[in-house]
Amino acid sequence: MSKRRSLWEYANPRKFMGLSGAVLPWIAISGGVLLAIGLIWGFFFTPADYRQGATVKIIYLHVPSALMAINAWFMMLVASLIWLIRRHHVSALAAKAAAPVGVAMTIIALVTGAIWGQPMWGTWWVWDPRLTSFLILFLFYLGYIALWSAIENDDTAADLTSILCIVGSVFAMLSRYAVNFWNQGLHQGASLSLDKEENVADIFYHPLLVSMVAFGLIFLALVLLRTRTEIRARQLRAYLARERMQ
Amino acid sequence: MIALLKRDLRLAVRAGGGFGLGLAFFLIVCILVPFSVGPQSQLLASIAPGVLWLGALLACLLSLDRIFALDYEDGSLDLLATAPLPMEGAVSMKALTHWLTTGLPLVVAAPALGVLLSLPTQGFMWLFLSLLLGTPALSVIGTFGAALTVGLKRGGLLLSILVLPLYVPTLIFGAELARRGAVGMDTQTPLLMLAGITFATIALLPFASSAVIRINLR
Repeated sequence: MSKRRSLWEYANPRKFMGLSGAVLPWIAISGGVLLAIGLIWGFFFTPADYRQGATVKIIYLHVPSALMAINAWFMMLVASLIWLIRRHHVSALAAKAAAPVGVAMTIIALVTGAIWGQPMWGTWWVWDPRLTSFLILFLFYLGYIALWSAIENDDTAADLTSILCIVGSVFAMLSRYAVNFWNQGLHQGASLSLDKEENVADIFYHPLLVSMVAFGLIFLALVLLRTRTEIRARQLRAYLARERMQ
Repeated sequence: MIALLKRDLRLAVRAGGGFGLGLAFFLIVCILVPFSVGPQSQLLASIAPGVLWLGALLACLLSLDRIFALDYEDGSLDLLATAPLPMEGAVSMKALTHWLTTGLPLVVAAPALGVLLSLPTQGFMWLFLSLLLGTPALSVIGTFGAALTVGLKRGGLLLSILVLPLYVPTLIFGAELARRGAVGMDTQTPLLMLAGITFATIALLPFASSAVIRINLR
């Protein structure tokens, strides 16, 4: 009977390195190309919004980065669960690798939002629920990264950060509802949703979709790259330790 | 469990345990506030619930690293881990001790500080109630943070970075309950939410904390 292939094979670091090394350039290049297409399309070939003027174009950076900021945390949560349940080191390292990328996405979303908010709302910052929850998400990322960097033993660090990620997810959700209750928002509702009625107009929607896919691919590429770096760093440490033993 | 509670309480109130330190800190923070924002009683009255809540939260934070540090250093934590008492129970008792020595004095002292910050009369009951309901959650969440950083040499700063984001929901609902009570608005939603957070953390978080302790003792 032939061995069934499964996704878990790639939990083996060697297999993971082989596959990720092969696909990484393609993901990175296609992400870059799509981002260029999305941004150029969005910036130069869509009309200015009749109310917001040219400032609407920041949506092509703001929405995808905000989307990825949340998805990065979600990815970390899934990776943490996989680590705790199945003890695959690649998974723990992927969660570790995703955190700084998630922070970068959060900062991009906050900064582009502030740049857009200044001419539109007349203020860089308001304590709006959406803005506030992103700030809180940012704090959660900081705590997670700080814990990773504080603990020397790799496995202990992976265990502790995984548990922090799970507990943090619950509290992050709770904070989201708490700030909703705490202050009524200035931020508009979702720009995109599955029921078409409240969507942005198609002419803005298509380039936005392209740049969202591009951000997803770039995120994936960065996480793969960082995970590979972590694995290499660990291999290097193992080699050095072995050499010292001899 | 009771024996553990008694032992920890005795250690806390005797010299070097730091009992009352949190209370003194709370007192000083609340006294410093009028110096920083000005003595207008109108202004003080409107920010009093928030200031008292923030002060209580920071005072709680101050004593968190004490929860496990000494036991970890002298090895009693290892004994606790091998004792027949489940780790979850030990962790819950640690949180209870922290609350009794830090949270409860704050709850009792808060109305007196409310006078200094010219809190409206109708707000006292709500302030007391919100702190009474909310501070156990602060202790339990803090115990989780202390468990995460127990093995670290200088975990104090890291501990606050880890714990403060987790305090956000409790702070929002607690301060909102006190504020709404002070201005005579409807208090039911924040009251129920605060109670929900507190009881859920008491019920669930000790499992996470004890898992973390076991990992750290490995």
